[in-house]
Amino acid sequence: MSPVTIPEVEHAYPGSTGCPGCGANLVMRYLLKGLGERTILTIPACCWAVMPGYWPSHCLKVPMVYCAFEATGASLSGMRAALDMKGVEDVTVVGFAGDGGTVDIGLQALSGAAERETDALYVMYDNEAYMNTGIQRSGATPWGAWTATTPVGPSRDYKREPKKDIMSIMEAHGIPYAATVSVAHPEDFVKKAKKAKDVRGFKFIHALSPCPPGWKMNPMKTVEVARLAVDTNVFPLYEIENGRVRITKKGKGLPIKDYLSIQRRFGHLTEEEVKRMQESVDSSFKALEQREAREG
Amino acid sequence: MRKVMTGNYASAYGAKAARAEVIPAYPITPQTSIVEKLAEFVSTGELRAKFVPVESEHSAMAACVSASILGARTYTATSSHGLALMHEVLMWASGARLPVVMTNVSRAMAPPWSVWADHMDSVAERDTGWMQFFCESNQEVLDTIIMAYKVCESRGIMLPAMIIEDAFILSHTSEPVDVPDQDAVDSFLPSYDPEMKLEVGKPMGFGSLVRPDQYMEFRYKSMLAMREARDRILSVETEFKQVFGRSYGGLLDEYMCDDAEVALVAAGSVAGTARTVVDRLRAKGMRVGLARIRAFRPFPFQEFRSLASKVSGIAVLDRSYTHGAAGAFFTEIQGALYDVPKRPAMKNYIAGLGGRDITPDVIERIFEDILVRCERGSDPEPEWIDVVGLPRRQS
Repeated sequence: MSPVTIPEVEHAYPGSTGCPGCGANLVMRYLLKGLGERTILTIPACCWAVMPGYWPSHCLKVPMVYCAFEATGASLSGMRAALDMKGVEDVTVVGFAGDGGTVDIGLQALSGAAERETDALYVMYDNEAYMNTGIQRSGATPWGAWTATTPVGPSRDYKREPKKDIMSIMEAHGIPYAATVSVAHPEDFVKKAKKAKDVRGFKFIHALSPCPPGWKMNPMKTVEVARLAVDTNVFPLYEIENGRVRITKKGKGLPIKDYLSIQRRFGHLTEEEVKRMQESVDSSFKALEQREAREG
Repeated sequence: MRKVMTGNYASAYGAKAARAEVIPAYPITPQTSIVEKLAEFVSTGELRAKFVPVESEHSAMAACVSASILGARTYTATSSHGLALMHEVLMWASGARLPVVMTNVSRAMAPPWSVWADHMDSVAERDTGWMQFFCESNQEVLDTIIMAYKVCESRGIMLPAMIIEDAFILSHTSEPVDVPDQDAVDSFLPSYDPEMKLEVGKPMGFGSLVRPDQYMEFRYKSMLAMREARDRILSVETEFKQVFGRSYGGLLDEYMCDDAEVALVAAGSVAGTARTVVDRLRAKGMRVGLARIRAFRPFPFQEFRSLASKVSGIAVLDRSYTHGAAGAFFTEIQGALYDVPKRPAMKNYIAGLGGRDITPDVIERIFEDILVRCERGSDPEPEWIDVVGLPRRQS
């Protein structure tokens, strides 16, 4: 067995107000292990705007700014500019936002910050819906999922549109580094966070963040479901460095139903619908592999 | 150094003199030449600052807020729809007690489209917790920016301020402006050194969640700060006058009001026109005066009560309109005078929306009308000046 390389140091105290089994707690924990204490966060409206705790408590050992829902990218540019004026270069400024705050309401400011080449890291913790407000669909909700605004009544109005491909959107900005990370693979996660920290320019990390209440699953299975997302190729782990893609952790290629069946948000799907999802996942993953082979 | 410059350049020179450090900016007519000039100052090295070319006004203010939390002196400029887009973030600035200073080139709101002056955009933001200063001249624009930083950054205040210049009438009209000596500005306005700022090594959250049993105390404290700002504005102006020889009349700039029978209340560039009308009517023996709203926030409550003790009639000229009520200046002044021992006759005049000229003739007619009102009593109905082709209320 190879030795564990995850730093033992913790930059988050216990006491976040996250739900039992919250994936976003782990995302923050591993991210800060990778980035270290010379980090400043800006966090818009999202679960993590509540999770640090009520004033005057604060469960993180790094300072953070609370910013407006749609303003994370702009907040990053403002923070970086202020640090530059003060001659502080060794601090990583990090935007930490949910999927709604990233792919929906925050997309404009995110795009602006990327285009401006703000030297910052943006982390999207993706629980695939507006979870802090009680499970409403976002542009990052996958096809087929139940949410409170895609109800599965007699007309079966589950989410009929595919998940917005934020990694491609960010890659199209020509940013130097983008990566996907999973709370089931902390070593890969921490390694990518460290790498992102050392790249100059705008960096983007997409973290899948299982949400037991929103995904309607057992809170004890957070890491398991995150692992299954990788092993079924629903959420492949890869990085795009200066335009070249590399799959960093191969999944086992398990059938997608293994991932879907432990989440009741997909419980209404027929075999035919699951098959359709499988085909979509297979085709996306194949394209990723082919691209890696081309660029490798 | 005296230069001939527009109101917009006066804004840019003001921000430069104040040594703004972070300037996130987005263009909008007729503000654009402010941020163009600042980009030039930064590019030539005349101003050591970071110019952040953001993709919207919402982002401009959001970047100001975050930079300010990290301890940078910030400046931006906007106008009308840009200001409206910032609305949410204006409250982030005041709520987090950040001394951001911004010029708003006051312009009408669409539809119908108009790029010309009125005060609807500024007045609509009166409840955001920002100080608001309406300017009459380009010199006042420049000087008020410098003074505003000193007021805003005062330990007991820590609130943002909006410097308002009328679209085109000031923004694109050139006047001689004295650009103060930089050393004098530097000693008048020391660099920004806030009591609280976010720093690595000092973990804290800036803007955390509070419970219902905590929230009101935060608002109460900002209310106290805004109240304290009244005195601070006056003391900073006194100090400014000692150093630079100019002052602008505090919160409510009175002209010939001490022995006046009636006073016109107005804000912005129209005050310049009103002064000449006051002079003209005074020459005819009419006892008229002008009370120019310089600060709308904090509201010059005591100043209006003192004015009311001197005059029999007050004409309030609003360059904006609150639908379903009246002009905002008017209703607020009325409220301030509810319990004074001797209430003057009052009337509200709505004029100059969407850049329509407010001519000396218009102001003269307002004075004549309010003089009549002193005998007939207040008129509760606002009068829309010179609205053509539409049914008008008969008075």
